[in-house]
Amino acid sequence: MRRIRAAAAGAVTISLLTAATACGGGSSSGGSNDSPKTLTYWASNQGASVEVDKKVLQPELDKFEKQTGIKVKVEVVPWSDLLNRILTATTSGQGPDVLNIGNTWSASLQATGALLPWDAENFDKIGGKDRFVDSALGSTGAQGKDPAAVPLYSMAYALYYNKKMFADAGISQPPATWDELIADGKKLSKDGKWGLGAEGSNPSENIHHAFVFAQQHGAGFFTADGKPDFTSEGAVAAVKQYVDLMAKDKIIAPGNAEYAQNQSVSDFAKGKSAMLLWQSASANLTSQGMSEDAYGIAPVPVQSGTPGTGTNVNSMVAGINLAVFKNTDNLDGATKFVKFMTSDAEQKILNKAYSSIPPVKNAQADPTFNTPANAVLKDTLAKSAAALPQVADESQFETSVGTAVKELFADAAAGRPVTTESVRAKLGKAQQQMPTK
Amino acid sequence: MTTAMAESAVGGSPPGAPARDTRRRTGRIRRIGLPYLLLLPALLLELLVHLVPMATGIVMSFKELTQFYIRDWGTAPWSGLDNYKVSVDFSAPVGQALLHSFLVTVGFTLLSVGLCWLIGTAAAVFMQDTFRGRGLLRALFLVPYALPVYAAVITWVFMFQHDNGLVNHVLHDQLGLTDKPSFWLLGDNSFVALLTVSVWKGWPFAFLIVMAGLQNIPKELYEAAALDGAGMWQQIRRITLPSLRPVNQVLILVLFLWTFNDFNTPYVLFGKTAPEAADLISVHIYQASFVTWNFGAGSAMSVLLLLFLLVVTGVYLVLTSRGRRTADV
Repeated sequence: MRRIRAAAAGAVTISLLTAATACGGGSSSGGSNDSPKTLTYWASNQGASVEVDKKVLQPELDKFEKQTGIKVKVEVVPWSDLLNRILTATTSGQGPDVLNIGNTWSASLQATGALLPWDAENFDKIGGKDRFVDSALGSTGAQGKDPAAVPLYSMAYALYYNKKMFADAGISQPPATWDELIADGKKLSKDGKWGLGAEGSNPSENIHHAFVFAQQHGAGFFTADGKPDFTSEGAVAAVKQYVDLMAKDKIIAPGNAEYAQNQSVSDFAKGKSAMLLWQSASANLTSQGMSEDAYGIAPVPVQSGTPGTGTNVNSMVAGINLAVFKNTDNLDGATKFVKFMTSDAEQKILNKAYSSIPPVKNAQADPTFNTPANAVLKDTLAKSAAALPQVADESQFETSVGTAVKELFADAAAGRPVTTESVRAKLGKAQQQMPTK
Repeated sequence: MTTAMAESAVGGSPPGAPARDTRRRTGRIRRIGLPYLLLLPALLLELLVHLVPMATGIVMSFKELTQFYIRDWGTAPWSGLDNYKVSVDFSAPVGQALLHSFLVTVGFTLLSVGLCWLIGTAAAVFMQDTFRGRGLLRALFLVPYALPVYAAVITWVFMFQHDNGLVNHVLHDQLGLTDKPSFWLLGDNSFVALLTVSVWKGWPFAFLIVMAGLQNIPKELYEAAALDGAGMWQQIRRITLPSLRPVNQVLILVLFLWTFNDFNTPYVLFGKTAPEAADLISVHIYQASFVTWNFGAGSAMSVLLLLFLLVVTGVYLVLTSRGRRTADV
């Protein structure tokens, strides 16, 4: 028995110790050119899978190696891991040289001081700030500071609708207002099929929609001086309106409350739901076997009127930025790589592959991006999209409010009432989780 | 060294032989020192892998560590006991949420450990008898323990799906036990889902340990008891359970610590933010640190958790060993 007791003591000690283990590490600052021949690049998962991304990127990286003699080691990081990987790299100082970041995180990551600031001098090395579209530059960091990243792919939300299902239900044109969308949705929700799809358990998706609805109610989630303000009348009404699409209007299947792996895109591709609010879904739909003429693309509905600025905003400025880690061992190479990826030629190739819109003006003029479908996205970006709040707490806001919406969807799915009070309570709780500074 | 050890082990040196005496002494030092020498690599690694990060975590818990400082956390300002105050202020949201999560974890752990032990012991007792296919069944029982956690739990996630999951298919479509398909990964049911997976994953370990313990019980005891007319139930109560006591003491403690700290199961089941009903403390602390980027508060919560587990373990060990000492007398 003594041996068992000793073994137990060991096991107990180890179990206890793991309870309090945290991570740590130092960091160094300032880039250098110690290893001029190699670069590591973390790419976000843009295509239907990590493998698709590798296939898209590798030929371009080979091209870059031929031009400059610099070998780029690429790793495609899934979205769910990306932010944590960046945080870990920031803490340990052991990260890639160049990386993709979601453009909504720009200000949060900028606050860590780990990313190379893009001042005028750095921008000159890649052809100047003027090459980029304004709306895309709006999501590269806090106002009044040098951008923490450079726009790489731009995207906007649009309403994807199944043409055949619309025709079968006798609907002649896509809805332009939410009332129309709900009316159409009710006609379409029958025989196990549903009007609209949603990604209820994905905080990021939730926050994008909550933000757009809030804009339409004339509300933001932050005060002018950058303080969280989640429980204003407009914000509460906005979140309620979104969740009500499932809770009250019943045009979203309750099962969508637990979707977080793009199942709503699959449902749309398979004809299980007739409409989808998504950003740049074309490549994804094609890879799931839905032909391009089976669906139409229309602007995301507004409360009334046509999309535009102010309360007629109907999309966030979605997109991916390219950033350089400040402590890179190959600063010149990293800058060259950013220049290469944002060059007119590469912008056309990459944005075409990912069905996104180039944030570079010259590339945007290419006919590829002027098809009717892309014209909707381009138009939205130019006229009626707004950037998510560029504040240091953005990533916490995304999670806390996104999770509140997730919980509200869970209530709706379980048949529990979603009321103005319950929405306000959840948003209040989310706000109290925000750092108090 | 071999000779020195062999001689000292025999212990045949006559008194007053100085040369042999020194040799014997070095022999003894070596003999005593050797185990420590062998332990040294493990101790060093333990220091590096656990103690250093733990000390770092404790330091972090006294700092105001947010995204502004994570790059060089040494420069983060000291915040004294603020992180601890916020964590245990049960009238404010952060403390409330922590308390809620703590209570959920306590309830979950008690249920899970209890069920694991019960099922594991029942299975082990049942498997004592030899019968056809015992080996196969025993191997099957150990499958959940042998599978990689991620693979196993992700399979459960598929089975718990609302629309296409096996669980709803069986409960609703085939058996008609529910009037509509239930959500297992959202809302209150998530606690049941978590418990199911945890018990499924944990009981084979209990089974394994209890089975090993059972083999140490002399058969004669049962034979004697049978001669005295004790039935199966009496044998279990009077022989099996008391003989298993030391094994159970360790088993339950280890299961308790593992379950209380379990991170993988809830994380794979629910992702970064768990439903309220299944908000286990490990994921809760992860969320405080890595989702809301408040590493200082997250560290403080970790330290509080460590203290709690230390106290519980200490009390448990004192109580159970005292119980045994009196029993031995």
